[in-house]
Amino acid sequence: MRLPEELLYTEDHEWVLVEGDQATIGITDHAQAEMGDFVFVELPEAGDRFNQFDQFGVVESVKAVSDVYIPLSGEVIEANQSLLDQPELCNEDPYGRGWLIKVKLSEQTEVASLMDKEAYARFLEEVE
Amino acid sequence: MVKPLIRDYGSPGRKGYSLPELDIPAGELSDYLDQSLIREKPAGLPEVSEVDVVRHFTGLSQMNYGVDSGIYPLGSCTMKYNPKINEDIARLEKLSQLHPYQEEEQVQGSLELLYELKEYLAEISGMDQVSLQPASGSHGELTGLMIIKKYFAERGEQRTKVIVPDSAHGTNPASAAMAGFQVVEIESNQKGMIDLAALRAAVDQEVAALMLTNPNTLGIFEKDILEIAEIVHQAGGLLYYDGANMNAIMGYVRPGDMNFDVLHFNLHKTFSTPHGGGGPGAGPVGVKEFLSPYLPVPVLSKDQARYYWDYNRPLSLGKVHAFYGNYGVMLKAYAYIRALGASGLKEATEHAVLNANYMKARLKDQFELPYQENSLHEFVLSGIRQKEKGVSTLNIAKRLLDYQQYAPTIYFPLVVKEALMIEPTETENIKTLDKFVETMKNISREIEEKPQLVKNAPHHTPVRKLDDVAAARNPDLRW
Repeated sequence: MRLPEELLYTEDHEWVLVEGDQATIGITDHAQAEMGDFVFVELPEAGDRFNQFDQFGVVESVKAVSDVYIPLSGEVIEANQSLLDQPELCNEDPYGRGWLIKVKLSEQTEVASLMDKEAYARFLEEVE
Repeated sequence: MVKPLIRDYGSPGRKGYSLPELDIPAGELSDYLDQSLIREKPAGLPEVSEVDVVRHFTGLSQMNYGVDSGIYPLGSCTMKYNPKINEDIARLEKLSQLHPYQEEEQVQGSLELLYELKEYLAEISGMDQVSLQPASGSHGELTGLMIIKKYFAERGEQRTKVIVPDSAHGTNPASAAMAGFQVVEIESNQKGMIDLAALRAAVDQEVAALMLTNPNTLGIFEKDILEIAEIVHQAGGLLYYDGANMNAIMGYVRPGDMNFDVLHFNLHKTFSTPHGGGGPGAGPVGVKEFLSPYLPVPVLSKDQARYYWDYNRPLSLGKVHAFYGNYGVMLKAYAYIRALGASGLKEATEHAVLNANYMKARLKDQFELPYQENSLHEFVLSGIRQKEKGVSTLNIAKRLLDYQQYAPTIYFPLVVKEALMIEPTETENIKTLDKFVETMKNISREIEEKPQLVKNAPHHTPVRKLDDVAAARNPDLRW
């Protein structure tokens, strides 16, 4: 189970990479492994605004359909269009080519409410 | 082992009929039809003889597996055998050759049967009034919830929430959402039952109802049901009973006596009418007296010795089905109840519970049993030990098919990881149960000794494991 050092994590198994006032968001390796092979991803459009932990998209695997929640408030700059044809990127490369959206952050202080790698690893152990 | 298609049997010019010589002048299609309506190329219909057709379809029918072929232990679905006398009764000319627009006077006999069926269902469930109209379990749920909604609307109460435990059938939250309610999920406790504290915390002035299956989807009887009912009722809410597991309590305990206010029956489960496959079903709804004004119209009523459809129900929801529901299904359920009688129905319940507990006792050493409480008509095992060897519950289910046994329900209820939910029903004898148990034990041994064999199952079915991922990603919806 890969958990990159530079990312922050949520209890709903999203990850976020914060770079200045921008962030890239995706779902964790654990989440993709639990869900199984992805067959469909529904994402918002650039310009859509969300508050922290709002639902912003839907991911569907053969096993289940799941909502995905935004870790930090902001406005969508870009959604990963390649996922529309290749949802399997979320399985193959969850922290890379399987990213979901890029966001311009509106509330930098929210970062404090997310988990770092160690905290998320402990959280995974608890839920298992 | 791909089976040929019907056209693969054919040969150009072969046919399954022979017509006498034409004794009128032959015409051309173009003499009768506009050119735009005539095919440019032949339709490519199979050119086959009668025996080709018969063998093809007989071959396909032999690939089928149903409850007439063997055990079908789908937990929560109650796939019991459907006695053939039900079919005979439903096909009797005097019952089947009727028209829904016929005068009531001409169909008094049929109305009497339906009226009696309503009374039997009311007695079995402990409810006051029953509508036979809904066409399935989920349709019954929706109707029941609409009755609850209407009841509160008439009282001028704003109640927007429905509580559903996390072990519930998926249809419960779906029906509540369809009826316009907000779904509130509560977690089960360690024993797999309703957590009273969680329920108390969730109940408030906005709660319209709690939906509950008892025994629940783990096959465990909610012993606190009277206290559960009191918590909900004290807050002004109602109790909805999902009748999916009625097979476990019929003749012994009545939802009405557990203080439920509304319920639906699945005639295709407990009352042995044909199940699934998109055929007609029936999901009658039963209510306590105070909710009867809201039942769908028309209500089958009796005036001394005469049966009639009562449309004069100003508070009714209206209709939920064309005419009066699926009449043929009701006849089969009626036949089942009459064939068994009160004592037979109780005996069916006993056997359903005995069979499930026998299988549980024989399987619990090989498979993890996550909830230890006593079971009624079904039980849930977990495949987590097998999963550690790299073999999933899905693989086990596929391997069962190789042994010509049908797999149990898998990955449900959601509160159990790698769930295997087994409901043998009362109609299986001890030999059949033993055969299934031995097969499961065999598979368990195979997982220890040659896991790859199980992982790659099935090996002996007409098609091997289907690539459901490719099918979902690139669906091919026509040929």
